[in-house]
Amino acid sequence: MDRAEVDARIRGIIAPFNKKGAEILDATTFAGDLEFDSLTVMDFVAAIEDDFDIIISMNQQAEIENFGQLVDAVTSTQAG
Amino acid sequence: MQADQPETVEGDSPDLFSKFDDVIQMRAALLAGGVEDPFSLVMERVLSPTRAICNGRDTILLGTYNYMGMTFDPDVIAAGQKALAEFGAGTTGSRVLNGTYRGHRDVEDALREFYAMDHAMVFSTGYQANLGIISTIAGKGDYIVLDIDSHASIWDGCALGNAEVVPFKHNDIEAMEKRLKRIPAGAGKLVILEGVYSMLGDVAPLKEMVRVAKENGAMVLVDEAHSMGFIGEHGRGVAEAQGVLDDVDFVIGTFSKSVGTVGGFCVSNHPKFEIMRLVCRPYVFTASLPPSVVATAATSIRKLMHGSAKRAHLWDNSRALHGGLKALGFTLGTEVPQSAIVAVIMPDLERGAAMWEALLHEGLYVNLARPPATPAGMTLLRCSLCAEHSAEEVQTILGMFERAGKAVGII
Repeated sequence: MDRAEVDARIRGIIAPFNKKGAEILDATTFAGDLEFDSLTVMDFVAAIEDDFDIIISMNQQAEIENFGQLVDAVTSTQAG
Repeated sequence: MQADQPETVEGDSPDLFSKFDDVIQMRAALLAGGVEDPFSLVMERVLSPTRAICNGRDTILLGTYNYMGMTFDPDVIAAGQKALAEFGAGTTGSRVLNGTYRGHRDVEDALREFYAMDHAMVFSTGYQANLGIISTIAGKGDYIVLDIDSHASIWDGCALGNAEVVPFKHNDIEAMEKRLKRIPAGAGKLVILEGVYSMLGDVAPLKEMVRVAKENGAMVLVDEAHSMGFIGEHGRGVAEAQGVLDDVDFVIGTFSKSVGTVGGFCVSNHPKFEIMRLVCRPYVFTASLPPSVVATAATSIRKLMHGSAKRAHLWDNSRALHGGLKALGFTLGTEVPQSAIVAVIMPDLERGAAMWEALLHEGLYVNLARPPATPAGMTLLRCSLCAEHSAEEVQTILGMFERAGKAVGII
């Protein structure tokens, strides 16, 4: 799966969590722009993990602040 | 500029304390309402396991972890006094140097007897037991799979180590299993669970969870801090009650709850367990417990083995308080009483603090718990029962809740 496909799929998953209807750009931050609290983060990460059948550990989550970084991180798990 | 001289800080460099501004503001706003500070209560005198003079008032204690009421047990006190007189006030040293006295060995023997396990290792606090065991056994490249509502000491143990940390939704067996199955082949796996989760007082489905963890090749650590002494046939905890203690690799516990003093421990049947004494930094690089503390703990643990009458009364108290509060119209953390903790859910922090203060004025102390300690951003009034609360006292407590709840407008 290439980056564009991952991007599209995550956009679909994020929609129900994007309560404010904020525009999703690569630079859109989860804590700031989308105002995700810790519970929303947990549910959102779980939804992505289940959809892609991957693990995004807390260690990896600490490095992911915006949408683009998340797409990159998930894309890297889809290589090979 | 010389390398060995600190650079002079000039101008508008940030105050390192500015990161606490939100908490400072929250606290100021709470106190501005005129409420007594819930986080700086002082007990001027302690009259018994269930009563103290708090901020000048004679108060029933319903917010301690003194589940079995061992703090004033005459045998426990006598053992502590004897050890204090014979061995002195403290050890002034690490367990692996000059800090292991006869009493430290004896309390580890008492734990081995209590749990019928091969190894027991005592730490200076329960917090350090989790910190030490978790950070030491799960290292780089290993995976820790844990419940999202785990205690701070478990999270801090994860943070201190270098393992990949993978949380799952509270008590969700399927979510745990999915994550275990996604871990790369060959990686070490540690599943961390608690018997009783202390905020809502709910119990984990350990029977299924331990089975799933074992089927997926994981080692299992269970924190039984809030169950020791009164859950399970021998008081060994929720894993014993659900028949899976033999499959648990590490049980973490504490002396600061049912045992009635301070200290933490890990018991295990792992054949290589004793090496932990040399490689576990929170065990090695701190002073050992004072002789009086380990003597009181050993005496208390041995008495807890025969505490079935007290255990039954504690459960009666838990059922009476839970049922009574529910009948009064309070919202509780669990549908049925599952432990000695009954959590009353408050609509928000302001009314929670008002209710807490109203109860204190009635002569009742409970814990006010707020985020981040609580799950789902809840404000809770946590009631923890003691085997020494009489049945009449529980009725008195219910009367206090009724008056305070109506005064604050919660019921």
